[in-house]
Amino acid sequence: MTHINIASLEIGQEIGSKEFLLTRDSLVRYAGASGDFNPIHYRDDVAAAVGLPGVLAHGMLTMGAAVQVAVDWVGNAGAIVDYQVRFTKPIVVDPVNGAVLVVTGKVGEIDAENNVVRVDLEAVFADTKVLGKAQARVQL
Amino acid sequence: MVNPNVQGKKYPATDPYLVGREKIREFAQAVQSTNPMNLDVFAAQAAGYTDVIAPPTFAVVIQERSLSTVLSDQEADIDFTRVVHGDQRFIHARPIVAGDELVSELEIASVKSLGAHSMVTFETKIYDSTRELVCTAISTLVVRGDE
Repeated sequence: MTHINIASLEIGQEIGSKEFLLTRDSLVRYAGASGDFNPIHYRDDVAAAVGLPGVLAHGMLTMGAAVQVAVDWVGNAGAIVDYQVRFTKPIVVDPVNGAVLVVTGKVGEIDAENNVVRVDLEAVFADTKVLGKAQARVQL
Repeated sequence: MVNPNVQGKKYPATDPYLVGREKIREFAQAVQSTNPMNLDVFAAQAAGYTDVIAPPTFAVVIQERSLSTVLSDQEADIDFTRVVHGDQRFIHARPIVAGDELVSELEIASVKSLGAHSMVTFETKIYDSTRELVCTAISTLVVRGDE
């Protein structure tokens, strides 16, 4: 029930790319929306006290933003039937400039029988991949 | 160290969580979603949903309610200040829709040691008010031990 014809897809094909600016404001907004008020996501003194290089973005914010590339491609957030990530590297969010997350989606697997496509997401901050095995199964 | 004996331990269902339309919009904006299904009631209804649907990771809000019970469980002995999120997965039977009343039931699927660290995997099943499964959320936390 989408505009995407599964037969036209190829493994490795890029389905989209998006840049996300994560600022301190973004972190506060996500804290409020999600209920995750761990102060390492908004207080420099707490982050420093536990030995972090700075205030970090919530891993779940990175996960939630990254999947938007697959959502935009299919056009329906409800089509993401299975989504997983591994949190491999933190995103340090500069108080002035924030952090830029670049996410690219590619076709990883095609299940024509069930009309499901696995989209593999690459999430990069400062030339480093921050998510591992980021895979979204999309019901077409 | 996390108590290895809590592997398999099940926690009782949380109180129902009523999913609000504005809560979904707030969450959608926070994860920078521009998908009309998350924001626009008419767009969601045109696609066959009764109201706006939640972004794919919204279930974390429901999972969190179960997880906080575990983190305060003295038997499990998980030191929250040493917790790092290792991985996360959401398997959806259907999207979460505004108006849903959801409960979650959590089971500690596994407790593993990795040197001084512990890895704890939680499986949280999220049901609607008709007891239909909406989402299974699987989360692994790494609890850092003394170096």
